[in-house]
Amino acid sequence: MNDRLAITLNVNGQSYPVTVEPRKSLADALREDCGLTGTHLGCEHGVCGACTVIVDGRPVRSCLMFAVQAEGLAVCTVEGLAEGEALHPLQRHFWEQHGLQCGFCTPGFLMLAAGAFEADPTIDEAEMIDVLSSNLCRCTGYQNIAKAVSLALQDMRAGV
Amino acid sequence: MNWIGRSLPRLEDPTLLRGHGHYVADLAQDAAHIRFVRSPVARGRILGIEAPEGVTVYTAADLSDVGQIRPVLERPDYVAVGQPVLPSDRVCFAGQAVAFVVADEAAAAEDLAEQIFLDIEPEEPVVDLDAALRPDAVPTHPEAPGNVLVEGRMRTSGLDAAFAGAAAVVELDLRSRRQSAMPMETRGGVARYDQRDRRTTLHASVQMPHMLRTGLADLLGCPEADLRVIAPDVGGGFGQKMSLFPEYVALVWLARHLKRDVAWIEDRRENFLASAHSRDQAFTVRGAFDAQGRLLGLEADLRSNVGAFSCYPVTCGVEPLMAFAELPGPYKVLEYGARSRGVTTNTCTMAPYRGVARPMLTLTMERLMEDAARRLGLDPIEIRRRNLIDSFPHRSPTGLVYDAGSYIAAMEAAVAAVDLPAFRRRQAEALTQGRYLGLGISVFSERTGYGTPAYAARGMAIVPGYEQVDCALDPSGHLELRIGASPHGQGLATALAQLVADELGVVPSQVRVISGDTDRTPYGWGTFASRSMVIAGGASKLASAKVAAKLRAVAACLMEATEAEIDLEGGLARVRGTNRSTPIREIARAAHHRSHLFSDLEGGLRQTAFYDPFGTFSNACHVAEVEVDVDTGGVRIERFLVVEDAGRLINPMIVDGQIHGGVAQGIANALYEEMIYDPDGNLLTASLADYLPPTINEIPKIEIIHMETISDATLTGAKGVGEGGTIGAPAAIVNAIVDALAPFGVAINETPATPERIRAAIRSARENRHE
Repeated sequence: MNDRLAITLNVNGQSYPVTVEPRKSLADALREDCGLTGTHLGCEHGVCGACTVIVDGRPVRSCLMFAVQAEGLAVCTVEGLAEGEALHPLQRHFWEQHGLQCGFCTPGFLMLAAGAFEADPTIDEAEMIDVLSSNLCRCTGYQNIAKAVSLALQDMRAGV
Repeated sequence: MNWIGRSLPRLEDPTLLRGHGHYVADLAQDAAHIRFVRSPVARGRILGIEAPEGVTVYTAADLSDVGQIRPVLERPDYVAVGQPVLPSDRVCFAGQAVAFVVADEAAAAEDLAEQIFLDIEPEEPVVDLDAALRPDAVPTHPEAPGNVLVEGRMRTSGLDAAFAGAAAVVELDLRSRRQSAMPMETRGGVARYDQRDRRTTLHASVQMPHMLRTGLADLLGCPEADLRVIAPDVGGGFGQKMSLFPEYVALVWLARHLKRDVAWIEDRRENFLASAHSRDQAFTVRGAFDAQGRLLGLEADLRSNVGAFSCYPVTCGVEPLMAFAELPGPYKVLEYGARSRGVTTNTCTMAPYRGVARPMLTLTMERLMEDAARRLGLDPIEIRRRNLIDSFPHRSPTGLVYDAGSYIAAMEAAVAAVDLPAFRRRQAEALTQGRYLGLGISVFSERTGYGTPAYAARGMAIVPGYEQVDCALDPSGHLELRIGASPHGQGLATALAQLVADELGVVPSQVRVISGDTDRTPYGWGTFASRSMVIAGGASKLASAKVAAKLRAVAACLMEATEAEIDLEGGLARVRGTNRSTPIREIARAAHHRSHLFSDLEGGLRQTAFYDPFGTFSNACHVAEVEVDVDTGGVRIERFLVVEDAGRLINPMIVDGQIHGGVAQGIANALYEEMIYDPDGNLLTASLADYLPPTINEIPKIEIIHMETISDATLTGAKGVGEGGTIGAPAAIVNAIVDALAPFGVAINETPATPERIRAAIRSARENRHE
């Protein structure tokens, strides 16, 4: 169990050489070995979705994936969502629409919506809301998350 | 520029949106980790704790110098029970921490913990609330032979006469099942020992950092100055993170003992098993009504399962005593008799959860009004109209004083907005197609922003309530507001920045709010009980007004005017009626660096204020429209409307967000979430696959109408709004289900109203009809 493996993770376009136990989850490796603590752990059993990241263009629960499985794949975390100072449309609309309160579930929702759009750029609003039902938020009652994602979807389609 | 009343996007958000927030687990990366070994049984005697050779396990014996958590109520009907940080002889609930191990990494600590064997001889536990009250029930604690830890009793002199003269007596037995506040971030702490000054800094996911430091210092027997507690970004609390938990005491003890950095980040299972539960309540009530539907008298037997121990500092009195004091809610109750008991069992300890007791007491009063209306052949809106309080200040039979509100007006606005006659037509038409629609309303009061008098009245030995704020304008003209409150998602930094920006004529982005750090903020109580905007807001207003007065004095001197002529606005001090002005930053610099020019600058541009209000009542009316599938028992919420009166809105967007989130938790309370123990005291719902918080698909669009009664009970005109959504939603939904199932004559007296319970109610109604 303690035999560690040397792997390279590709996260947000950067290479992270890490040495991890085979049992280590991608979430733990991102947080502990890459220092990317924006990916949060809410349940560690694949229900809450706070740990959602994008792996090769699809949203993935990083608590249910081993770090070693991510070798050679492109991982995107919340830290890679904005382009420098410019917030991603999802981040901008979450801000303007008050789509977050405590902020703990927020990276998971952002990456879920961004990943769902990346996987299917033709996704419509109803399908997107259904996708969002895979994550939990305890603060917002989802009202403003739905608003923010709908507005961001329009911007993402328009390429704004 | 008026910043109050604007939906300013939050100052807190950019950091959180970029993933740059600092939650406690983010600060644990280089620390050793501890893992608790928890009792697998609900009750038993500890015979031994066995560890493999070479594994260090910490047990009660190691913590022999550490005190017990023993919160006190100064009332004769309270039995104080002590909770050891680690028990030496007996365990009292499944999940109780019995020992701990430490390793360099969290996973390694978990591996070690699995090798520890707890030799515990199981005993028959007491799990159920009413079973614990039976005369033959085994005591959970020897100090409380009947399992009652706290009991409130009162009876007004005219109660018997009220019942004797009643046209109708309505009786109800209601049950609220146990729930978890379930913040998205679990509990956790990182304790760092500093060799230089021998201080230990605890970063912890908590709502009351100053209180936690006091509790830790008392239990560890050290000066408070040896400890620093910091609440960094906190991923939700909802009351669960108010209490002093044994795990934090163990963590700080270990950091001091090993002189190294140690972390404890609990997993979701631990959070469900061993943090805190709430809402496990049973109410039996009788209401005496006259023929016109006026509530003449109310008699209640209120039982709350408070679990294994008493939570610190608010004690196990929090649910039972709030139920006792506030049951009459928004109604004129002339005569009142109540007995309210906090009952201890071998289950996880009860602690506050958003709404505390009021979801259940609102359900009780709203079911009572509906039943009375049916019995007396009155319209359910009309019976409420006749009973709602309508003159202010109103004094309740338990001595609470209600400030001005809009109880009847809010209900009328809600009823008008949903167009009740149109709904009744839709309902009748749907019924012809075999579809069951229902509409339910709930009117309630929400006691908010209460200071020390309210807590003192409960008999608390530690009396929370006031807040202090330290407001300083630095030489660059920027403000620092250091607050004792400790927000964890509410957006308080933004709302307070708006408030003080108006006092000082600056923009909110020039205001930095510092909270949650015992080294950098004045002693205060934290964020809970819908209090921060009212109390920290009031103190902020007072402190910033003092700084504004100093600014005016300096400006008057610099511009050769009188203080009364100076207006602070747009970043300038202006002499009214002239074109003379000076930037506030220049006045700030002069006050710091040219102070020899000014007299009476005592305190300079750093001022502290203290605020301890009596409290205020917000009010609201919720309306739910539902469709019940009578074949499956499933409930679909078609519409949800809130008419809310929380006084002046400082940031309407933030207020709406509080209502949204509160209603979602209320919907969860009404329909979905339930902590279930088996008869042996094993928690059956210790994962998110078993405990079911609603997702986006279960929460309907929430419509909000605001009313703004400006009461003089608060300095800012704002009342609290944090808990109302949670308080009112269950009653509205349950009433809607009962309305939908009226053709069956079904009563729903238990929350959550799961499909199973609704089907059982329909079946039993059908069987009764066939008999």
